[in-house]
Amino acid sequence: MLTKDQIAQRIAQEIEDGFYVNLGIGIPTLVANHVPKDISVAFHSENGLLGMGPFPTKGHEDADLINAGKQTVSTLPGASFFDSATSFGMIRGQHIDLTVLGAMQVAENGDIANWKIPGKLVKGMGGAMDLVASAKRIVVAMMHTNRNGESKLLDRCSLPLTGVRCIQKVVTNLGVFKITKEGFLMTEIAPGVTIEEVKQATVGKLEISSKLKEITIINY
Amino acid sequence: MVIKKVNNVIEALQGVKPGMTFMFGGFGLCGIPENAIEELVHLRISDLTCISNNAGVDDFGLGLLLKSRQIKKMIASYVGENAEFERQMLSGELNVELTPQGSLAEKCRAAKVGIPAFFTPTGYGTEIAEGKEVREFNGKPHILENAYQADFSFIKAWKGDEAGNVIFKATARNFNLPMCGAAKINVVEVEELVPIGSLDPNQIQVPGVFVQRIFQGTSYKKPIEQLTLSES
Repeated sequence: MLTKDQIAQRIAQEIEDGFYVNLGIGIPTLVANHVPKDISVAFHSENGLLGMGPFPTKGHEDADLINAGKQTVSTLPGASFFDSATSFGMIRGQHIDLTVLGAMQVAENGDIANWKIPGKLVKGMGGAMDLVASAKRIVVAMMHTNRNGESKLLDRCSLPLTGVRCIQKVVTNLGVFKITKEGFLMTEIAPGVTIEEVKQATVGKLEISSKLKEITIINY
Repeated sequence: MVIKKVNNVIEALQGVKPGMTFMFGGFGLCGIPENAIEELVHLRISDLTCISNNAGVDDFGLGLLLKSRQIKKMIASYVGENAEFERQMLSGELNVELTPQGSLAEKCRAAKVGIPAFFTPTGYGTEIAEGKEVREFNGKPHILENAYQADFSFIKAWKGDEAGNVIFKATARNFNLPMCGAAKINVVEVEELVPIGSLDPNQIQVPGVFVQRIFQGTSYKKPIEQLTLSES
């Protein structure tokens, strides 16, 4: 079974040389730590920054320089600033190559729910609906089940939707799943996990790839 | 050159009335019009509709206008950092219209540039799309979103000149740029107001034509919401 950091490590393998990448809050944020050193990647923060760098060192923090999680950040050489309308133009216009975000539920048809639980306080969707509606390639990073042990890979989302038929791939602590016409196609399985365990933890339609392999975690 | 300079925040806010719709620039507490918010609290005008990506925190930003119960309706994309906001929303005192962040930005930009409405894929198939026209373009369904109509926009910039030309700093550009020019009266407060001719025209991010009033702001606090540091 993968740890959250290992989920991030596996997703980092999806990043190709020259990619512009938007990382959501939570597990997706960890992906930045695992990008291979030999490729060039620019991280996009939807509040108006391309070329986002690490957190600043003490004394270099700037109230005018934050990421979408309102954290102080730095810029890398070649970075650029822009306004929110331009930023979402980059997303809607499919100029961002890869979006990684968390989810509460994903359905076998690619629907995603990640912004609202009825009866609980709603904080808002932020940029999530824009990202899922338009991004070229969307990978979901999440645990396979919720805190109550219930599957998050479902036949249909029971929570209010963030977007419809938009997710292509899900990486969980149990495996890697492609969304296909036949539902969740498991292409990779986490070390120490059995197919039976994945079946038990998945409510949506699950197919096992004939080329199923074990997830390899490479430390860069 | 047309002069947009006014002497202070009091002059800049002349004409604000109860029941009006205001836009506030900023993302979180980054780039918010601190002086305008403080003056609105002082003026005690209420029943306001506020368009802003976020709603401030309990003791700063739009949180101050919430605390004094001046806001009737809040249009925002994310409102997570404000306990008073939560209380007023749950008790029904406050009407909240959650809007996807990119659509919120574009509804401002559209208002600024004379586009009454636009189609966007964002929110299709979700509760955001309820009651909105759906049309397919290139095989993909889109929903119709209307441009905002606001009486005033309150913008915070880094530098500006007396002709209303404006430059923002770093990620404080955010919603300040698309909102600046999107309301009937656009009010800009700056950290540094300079005479005409002092700014390089190549560097101007919002031309003064989009600005009605500009003033030298004072006493900026610029709090950091989430201080995150790397080990050196």
